[in-house]
Amino acid sequence: MSSQVSTAAATSLWEGGRSPYATNSKKFGMWLFIISDSLTFSALLFAYTYSRVSNPNWPTPFHFSPSIIFSTVMTFCLLSSSLTMVMAVHSMNHGKRKAAGAWILATMGGGAAFVVLHLSEWLNLINNEHVTPFENPWGVPLFGGTFFALTGLHMTHVVIGLIYLAIVCQAVFRGKFKAEDVEVSGLYWHFVDLVWMFIFPLVYLMSARVH
Amino acid sequence: MSSPSAHTAQHAPHGFIRKYIFSLDHKVIGLQYYFLGLFSVFLGMSLSLLMRYHMVNPNVAVSWFGKLWPTAAAGGVMTPELYLSLMTMHGTIMVFFVLTTVPQSGFGNYFLPIQIGAEDMAFPVLNMMSFWTTFLALIVMVAAFFVQGGAPLSGWTAYPPLSGAGRITGPGEGMGQNLWLVSIAIFCGASLMGAINFIATTVDLRCQGMRLMRMPLTCWTWLVTAILGLLGFAVLLAAGVLLLLDRVAGTSFFLPAGLMINDQILVSHKGGSPLLWQHLFWFFGHPEVYIAILPGMGITSQLLATFSRKPIFGYKAMVYAILSIGFLGFLVWGHHMFMSGMNPYSAMAFSVLTMAIGVPSAIKTFNWIGTLWGGKIHFDTAMLFALGFVSLFVTGGVSGIFLGQPALDLYFHDTYFVVGHFHMIMGVAAIFGMFAATFYWFPKMFGRMMNETLGKIHFYLTFIGVYAIFTPMHYLGIAGNPRRYSAFTDVEYLGKLIPVHQFMSWAAYVTATAQIIFLVNLFWSMRKGKPAPINPWHATSLEWTVPSPPPHDNFAGVHPVVHHGPYEYSVPGAVADFIMQTDPASVRSEG
Repeated sequence: MSSQVSTAAATSLWEGGRSPYATNSKKFGMWLFIISDSLTFSALLFAYTYSRVSNPNWPTPFHFSPSIIFSTVMTFCLLSSSLTMVMAVHSMNHGKRKAAGAWILATMGGGAAFVVLHLSEWLNLINNEHVTPFENPWGVPLFGGTFFALTGLHMTHVVIGLIYLAIVCQAVFRGKFKAEDVEVSGLYWHFVDLVWMFIFPLVYLMSARVH
Repeated sequence: MSSPSAHTAQHAPHGFIRKYIFSLDHKVIGLQYYFLGLFSVFLGMSLSLLMRYHMVNPNVAVSWFGKLWPTAAAGGVMTPELYLSLMTMHGTIMVFFVLTTVPQSGFGNYFLPIQIGAEDMAFPVLNMMSFWTTFLALIVMVAAFFVQGGAPLSGWTAYPPLSGAGRITGPGEGMGQNLWLVSIAIFCGASLMGAINFIATTVDLRCQGMRLMRMPLTCWTWLVTAILGLLGFAVLLAAGVLLLLDRVAGTSFFLPAGLMINDQILVSHKGGSPLLWQHLFWFFGHPEVYIAILPGMGITSQLLATFSRKPIFGYKAMVYAILSIGFLGFLVWGHHMFMSGMNPYSAMAFSVLTMAIGVPSAIKTFNWIGTLWGGKIHFDTAMLFALGFVSLFVTGGVSGIFLGQPALDLYFHDTYFVVGHFHMIMGVAAIFGMFAATFYWFPKMFGRMMNETLGKIHFYLTFIGVYAIFTPMHYLGIAGNPRRYSAFTDVEYLGKLIPVHQFMSWAAYVTATAQIIFLVNLFWSMRKGKPAPINPWHATSLEWTVPSPPPHDNFAGVHPVVHHGPYEYSVPGAVADFIMQTDPASVRSEG
C-alpha cells in the first residue's frame, strides 16, 4: 500500500489509489482491449475451423509459388515492423524522440507495405482467380467467405494501426506524447502482428497445395 | 484520453452542452444511461402489452393498429409477422438497452467511482463516447421499425436461417434485420469501451485503504460484469459481423444448402451451419444473463445489510460466489442448445456445469437470508424491492434447475416454461434490482427523498403483478403451450388455455399501469421531494460521506482514506449502529 497524505490539496496530481500491476491506466486499458479483441478474432478463427471441419472437401488451392512465397513476404514485412516498433519504444524510453519518430515511420512503412501487398493479393484473387466471398473455382464457397472475413478484419486492424501510429508519430516529433504512449501504441501493433501469426498458418499454410 | 486529474473541482464545466450533453462527469453519464434505459424500458413494455393483447384477441380489429402499421396490421388486425417483430424488438430493447445498460452503465457509472473513492472514471472521454455510442445504437435499433418491411422477426437471439436468408423469409427480414445487426455491432463497441473503463477504474483508482476485500459488493459485481462484457460482447461482435456478411456480402457462414423458404429453394447460399451461430451467440448470450443479474445481486447485498443493520453474511463467500458465477457463466452456453442435436455426452457436460452454477447462486441466497436473520429490518421501499429481488431470484432460479437438465429440457424447450423462467430471473429480478437501486440512491443522485407511500403502493402492485403474469407461464409450459406463436385460438388443446392467457394479459395491463406510479414518484420527487440528508439510510460506504448530489469531483479535492469494510453495522462497542468506511480506525478496536 502506498502511503499518501489523506487530505492532499487538490492542486496535486490524482494520487489516490494504487496500481497493483504498477502500470498506468492507459496501458492497462490497452491490455483489456487486446483481451477483448483477441476473443473477436478467436470467434472468427473458431468459425473458420468449424466450417473447415464440417466441409470434408475443403480446398487447398495455394501453390507454393507464387501464393505462399508472396504471403511469406507479406509476413516478413509485418514482422519486421514489430521489430522497428520495439526500437521505437526503446528509443523513446531513452528520450531519443527523433529516433523514436523515425522508427515509428519505419514501422508504418512495414505496415503500409503489408497492406499494399495484401490488397494486390486480394485483387489478384478476385480478378484472376475469381474468388469472392460467396464463390470460388475450387468448390466449398465458404473458403472465400472465411478468407476474406479473417484477412479483412485483420487488414482493418492494420489500417487502424497505421492511423494510430501516424497520430503518435506526429505527436512524438512535436514533443507531445510520453514514452508510455508510444509503448501503448506498440502493444496494439504487436497484437495485430500476433494475430497474423495465427492467420498465416491457419489460412495460408494449411491451404497450400502439397504435391 | 484525459487523465482523471484534469477534471478536478476547478475545471467543472459551465456550458450546458459540456455539462449535460457531452459531459465527461461520470455522474452525468450515469444519469444519461439511466434515462436512456427508462425510455427503453417503457418502449419495451409497451411492445409487450401489444403482444399480450394480440395473443388473447388475435382477430379483433383495432383501428389505431391499422393506422400505425398500414401493411402489417391492415384493417387493424395484426399479422403474425408483426407479432414476431414486436417480440423481437421487445426482447432486444429490454436485454440490451435496459438490462445491460441501467444496472451496469447507469448505476455503475454513477456510484462505482464514488464507492471506491475516485474522482471520476479512469477514461472520462471514453466514458462519454461509450454513452453516445449506445445512444446511436438505440437510434439505429428503433429505426428498424420505420424501414420498409418493419422490424426483424428473428427474436433477440437472431437465429439463422431466419435471420440470414434475407427478405424472402419475411417482411422484417430485409433492411430491418440489417439495422438490427448494425445496432448490435455498435452496441458491442459501446460495451467494450464501458467494460475497459470499469475494470481500469476498479483496479487503478481505488483510494487509500480501499483494498479489494473492502469494496462494497456492488463494486465487485460491477467489476465482474465488466469482465463478462469485455469477453462476451467481443464474440457477439464477430458473430454479428459474420451474419451481416451472410446477408449483404453473399457468404454462407450460417446458411446450409437447399433450404426451402416460403416455397422457394434458397440457391444463393450453401455450406454453412446454423449451429455455428448458436455456439457463437450463446457464448455471449449466457454471460449476458449474468451481465443483467449480477449488478442486481450486488445492490441487493448492499441493501439487505444496510436495512437489516447487520454485516452482510459471509462477505468473502459472496465475493467468491460472484467470481465463480462469472467464470462458470462462460462454460454453460451449450445448455441453450440441448435441442440442437448435440451429442448427449456434451449435453451432460453442459448440464453438470449448469447445475454447478446453482452452488454459488445458493451460497448467495443463503447469505442473504443469513443477513436478514435476527436483523433489525427496516421495510423502506428500497428494502422491499431488494427482498422482492431475492424472492424472484429464487423462483426464477429453481425453474432454471429444471431447464438445465437435458431430459426435462427436451419437453420444456420452446414452451412458455422457458419464457416464465427467464422473465422471472433475468427480466423482473434484474428490474427489481434497478427499482431497489433507484429508491436507495435517489437521495444521493437528486438530493431529495422519494415518496415512500407511492413507493410502497408501487412495490406491492408490481410484486403481486409480476407473479401473476409470469407464474402461470410455467403452468402453460407444462401444458405444452409453445412460445413465439402469435395466436392459439385455432389449436384445440391450446384453445383451452386461453383463459390463463387472458388472466396473464389483464395482470400485465394492471402491472404496466402501476408503473406510472413509479414515473410520477420519480419526477415529482426530483422537484418536490423532501430534501435528503447526506446519509439518509445510515449506510457506511463512501457515497454517503459526500453531499447530495455530490460535487463535480465527488470529494471536493479531499482524498478519502478507508479504514473499514463496507458492512460494519451494529458493531459491539461502537457509538452508532454503523461505522462509516472513512471513520478513523480507532472506532473499532480490532481496526
